[in-house]
Amino acid sequence: MTITRETVKKVAHLARIEIKDDEETQFADELNKIVAWIEQLNEVNTSNVEPLDHAVSYSLRMREDSPESNNHASDILKNAQETVLDFFSVPKVVE
Amino acid sequence: MSKQSELCTLTIASAKEKLLKGEITSVELTEAHLKQMDAQKHLNAFITPTPELALQQAKESDKRYQKNEAKLLDGMPIGVKDLFCTKDTRTTAGSHILENFVPPYESGVTSKLWSNGALMVGKTNMDEFAMGSANITSYFGSVKNPWRKKGSNTPENLVPGGSSGGSAAAVAGNMCLASLGSDTGGSIRQPAAFCGLVGLLPTYGRCSRYGMVAFASSLDQAGPLTKTVEDAALLFQGIAGFDPKDSTSADVPLPNFQKALTGNIKGMRIGIPKEYRLDGMPQRIEKLWQEGIDWLKDAGAEIVDVSLPHTKYALPCYYIIAPAEASSNLARYDGVRFGHRAEGKTLNEMYAKTRGEGFGREVKRRILIGTYVLSSGYYDAYYVKALRIRKLIRDDFMKVYEKVDALLTPSTPNPAFEIGQKMDDPLSMYLNDAFTVTVNLAGLPGLSIPAGFTDDELPLGLQIIGKPFDEGTILNIGSVIEKSSGFLEKARLIRGN
Amino acid sequence: MKLVEGKTGSWEVVIGLEVHAQIISNTKLFSGAPTGFGAEPNAQVSFVDAAFPGMLPVLNRVCVEQAVRTGLGLNAEINLTSVFERKNYFYQDLPAGYQISQYLHPIVGKGQLKIELADGETKMIGITRLHLEQDAGKSLHDQHPNRTYIDLNRAGVALMEIVSEPDIRSPEEAGAYVRKLRSIMRYIGSCDGNMEQGNLRCDVNISVRRPGAELGTRCEIKNVNSVRFVMQSIDYEVQRQIEVIESGGSIAQETRLFDPTLGTTRTMRTKEDAHDYRYFPDPDLLPLRLTEDFVAQQKAKLPELPDQKKERFVKQYNLPSYDADFLTAERELANFYEEAAKDVDGKLAANWVMGDFSAAMNKSGGLDKVQVTAKSLNALVKLIGNGTISGRMAKDVFIDMLETGKDPESIVNEKGMVQVSDTASIEKLIDDVLVQNQDKVAEYRSGKDKLFGFFVGQTMKASQGKANPQLLNELLLKKLQ
Ligand SMILES: [Mg+2]
Ligand SMILES: [Zn+2]
Repeated sequence: MTITRETVKKVAHLARIEIKDDEETQFADELNKIVAWIEQLNEVNTSNVEPLDHAVSYSLRMREDSPESNNHASDILKNAQETVLDFFSVPKVVE
Repeated sequence: MSKQSELCTLTIASAKEKLLKGEITSVELTEAHLKQMDAQKHLNAFITPTPELALQQAKESDKRYQKNEAKLLDGMPIGVKDLFCTKDTRTTAGSHILENFVPPYESGVTSKLWSNGALMVGKTNMDEFAMGSANITSYFGSVKNPWRKKGSNTPENLVPGGSSGGSAAAVAGNMCLASLGSDTGGSIRQPAAFCGLVGLLPTYGRCSRYGMVAFASSLDQAGPLTKTVEDAALLFQGIAGFDPKDSTSADVPLPNFQKALTGNIKGMRIGIPKEYRLDGMPQRIEKLWQEGIDWLKDAGAEIVDVSLPHTKYALPCYYIIAPAEASSNLARYDGVRFGHRAEGKTLNEMYAKTRGEGFGREVKRRILIGTYVLSSGYYDAYYVKALRIRKLIRDDFMKVYEKVDALLTPSTPNPAFEIGQKMDDPLSMYLNDAFTVTVNLAGLPGLSIPAGFTDDELPLGLQIIGKPFDEGTILNIGSVIEKSSGFLEKARLIRGN
Repeated sequence: MKLVEGKTGSWEVVIGLEVHAQIISNTKLFSGAPTGFGAEPNAQVSFVDAAFPGMLPVLNRVCVEQAVRTGLGLNAEINLTSVFERKNYFYQDLPAGYQISQYLHPIVGKGQLKIELADGETKMIGITRLHLEQDAGKSLHDQHPNRTYIDLNRAGVALMEIVSEPDIRSPEEAGAYVRKLRSIMRYIGSCDGNMEQGNLRCDVNISVRRPGAELGTRCEIKNVNSVRFVMQSIDYEVQRQIEVIESGGSIAQETRLFDPTLGTTRTMRTKEDAHDYRYFPDPDLLPLRLTEDFVAQQKAKLPELPDQKKERFVKQYNLPSYDADFLTAERELANFYEEAAKDVDGKLAANWVMGDFSAAMNKSGGLDKVQVTAKSLNALVKLIGNGTISGRMAKDVFIDMLETGKDPESIVNEKGMVQVSDTASIEKLIDDVLVQNQDKVAEYRSGKDKLFGFFVGQTMKASQGKANPQLLNELLLKKLQ
């Protein structure tokens, strides 16, 4: 068992996903199976292999520094559940 | 045949001909498909039908036909996977968390569709955030495959495949002429195979990802699901091309794909990768593969046995990379700016409850896995390891492409299965994509072409994998298989239309 | 080496700075939303900045150019290949749930920066790296008893994070470092250095150790937004750490906040609840590859930078090092000086720029707010140089210039303020003064040298301040013998 309920709890907190107590064990089981399965990758010697994060070889393009004309607070805000005076609003954060 | 079913069994190519000749109007064509959508509601292929929009677009299209200004896809009723943001039309990605999201913008590929004259009959159902291979993870319910086993008297009860299951069912159920899907690990090709359709995964970078709800950004591509290869070429032509709003979009010329369908593959070298012969694969699929080889040989192609030695590692590699990217891509669904929000006393409680309620089980599982493989202490062992394997997988392909022009494999290791099967074990569900994920990892184009049937008359597909930006070649090879297999005629007989 | 004395002996302070500098650009790092200051809330936010579904980042060329030029200004290596990575964490002002930053492969590598200290010494501070990243939005915590409001106008604005080596040893050095860095960026035009608007923020890493010992555990003070606060926060933090250790405790690695009203720091986040950022290459972006040509073009666009300018000023204008530092700290002032010093004595011009003119500048709040132009100051210095007016008279003329904006020649003409340099008339004035103060003359001659100043003053007064002071001195000395 590499993934305990504690691990699930920790990872779920990192991902900000509420998980019920009874789900913790289930997720731990499933994640263990998946992790055990992906560990077959260790059969492959990759010591001289460069990691490949994209299958394309072209370079990143750059755009010109010219502003978009259409910026409306209303477009940005209209899908939000809670807004006040053109601000998004969330439970108070204490710093 | 009634006018209704006549209109609904047209292809893009044949409908275009009739529209150009004035034999039918786009409004007629659209109304017929909308009617069929109503009749096939029980398949649950659509999350949001858009009949008013479709009819309005159809009217405009008819005007263009009258003025002889018809465009490439003018008047074609298309289903759009609910992963593509459509301006002022709800876009859910099959998730509770986006249940009420109405994008104020239009995705890159749908923008191209509309400017090519196509029209949208609705947003099709899908696995939540495109995570799934059976279309059973949608918040809006499972989609049913319009195909039934021979002699079955029960209502439809097979999965359409996933994650573009709604898009596949909508076309196979004649509710639209063609549809748009997305493919991260097989999500176009596998449902195409399960539903007897042509499904194309374009080369990574060929179609814009702008406005497409991201699952795994380095793997996601949009592509067509159609009834024929010719339609696939047409629809693909209508959505492909460079988009400056997507930094991974390739600035390369766009050939004419319809012209590539010469049917001539003489002298072409087709590789047969031995690693795709899985233990326990149904005999019928092995046999279909051999039939495919024979058809290509008969058409003058040279068959070459090749090896892609790292194939077996593709699936575990994929199940590290895709969840890792997804865990980050889905962090934006936090209840603040759009989407579902649950109340919480603190910000963190609000986040956790929102995401706990808003995401389904499979999505949570993948976010947890993805978060885990990126977390401190595991990053090198899992994530970087997977990236190194990804390199080996791509190198395998590039090496065989020195000898061959394309590869032929089965599309899936199994045909469509019953809803409810494989549900309890995520790993056995993941195996559905064993033949397709390799292609996404390598950023190559792949085509699934319906080519035969199981003993109980369910469709089976063959996959053709091409070189980067060589979709024309695999579409052309696909057209040979389409002809040699006689699939379309047999399918018509089986389904009685 | 500067050491701090504790109760149990001396301590060495080790400081490294991370500076976040907002890049001057029209639009954000990865979106076309404008960057101007002071807009209505959420009015400068694109769908990319607000991380709407399906939105994708596209890199701003100008931000890359600014970073490269700044890197060149810090004598740093430019990495031709760099990679954007995601730094993942949840926060209300971070819409995507990750910040696009650079981690393993920054755009700029090792460099160095020379600082000047009050005692005239200079010191090299190593630069570890400079990378590009997005700024976050702004949270307002004081508008509602139980809500926090969020404005995303700043979200996605381009920042350069400039990380120094732990080479800094005192608050003074830290202040000098920030000022010099700001000066270089202002010369280049890559950052306006406005710390009040938050366009330049410092994270200060501090630890203490016995001289020459292993590095101590460090604390990071986040987001300090003025040079004075940087120095204050270090002063406080050093004392705190020494006290903790000397009273038998140990320093916990943590993130702290500086309270400007109290002048203290306090715990913000301990190591236990430190984030696990899960950095990984951003899959929406490809590696950035720059060409040698691109870098050469940026190099060609660099202006003369403070160090080079200072060296030139010392040679060309014959200035002491201190003056040259002062005059080259800001590009505008350096340009002003060069115009003011044209064809006149460089040191004299420097005295005027650094003295009366700087005082006026501080009073009115900026170089461009002072009525005196470089050209008119140059004219004033010329009038002194050619003996038309005395330095003393020039002070009065300068006050007039400040008030009226007139050029010094017209002021001198209008007021008839021409200096008297003719021997006969000055001798006449001296004779009068001596006659009227015979008692003092006697005292002086009997050894009370200090009275010389009195005679100078009286004679100058009698000349209504117009007497050539040098000539006056010589003649007076002769007469009093
Ligand atoms: Mg930092
Ligand atoms: Zn930073």
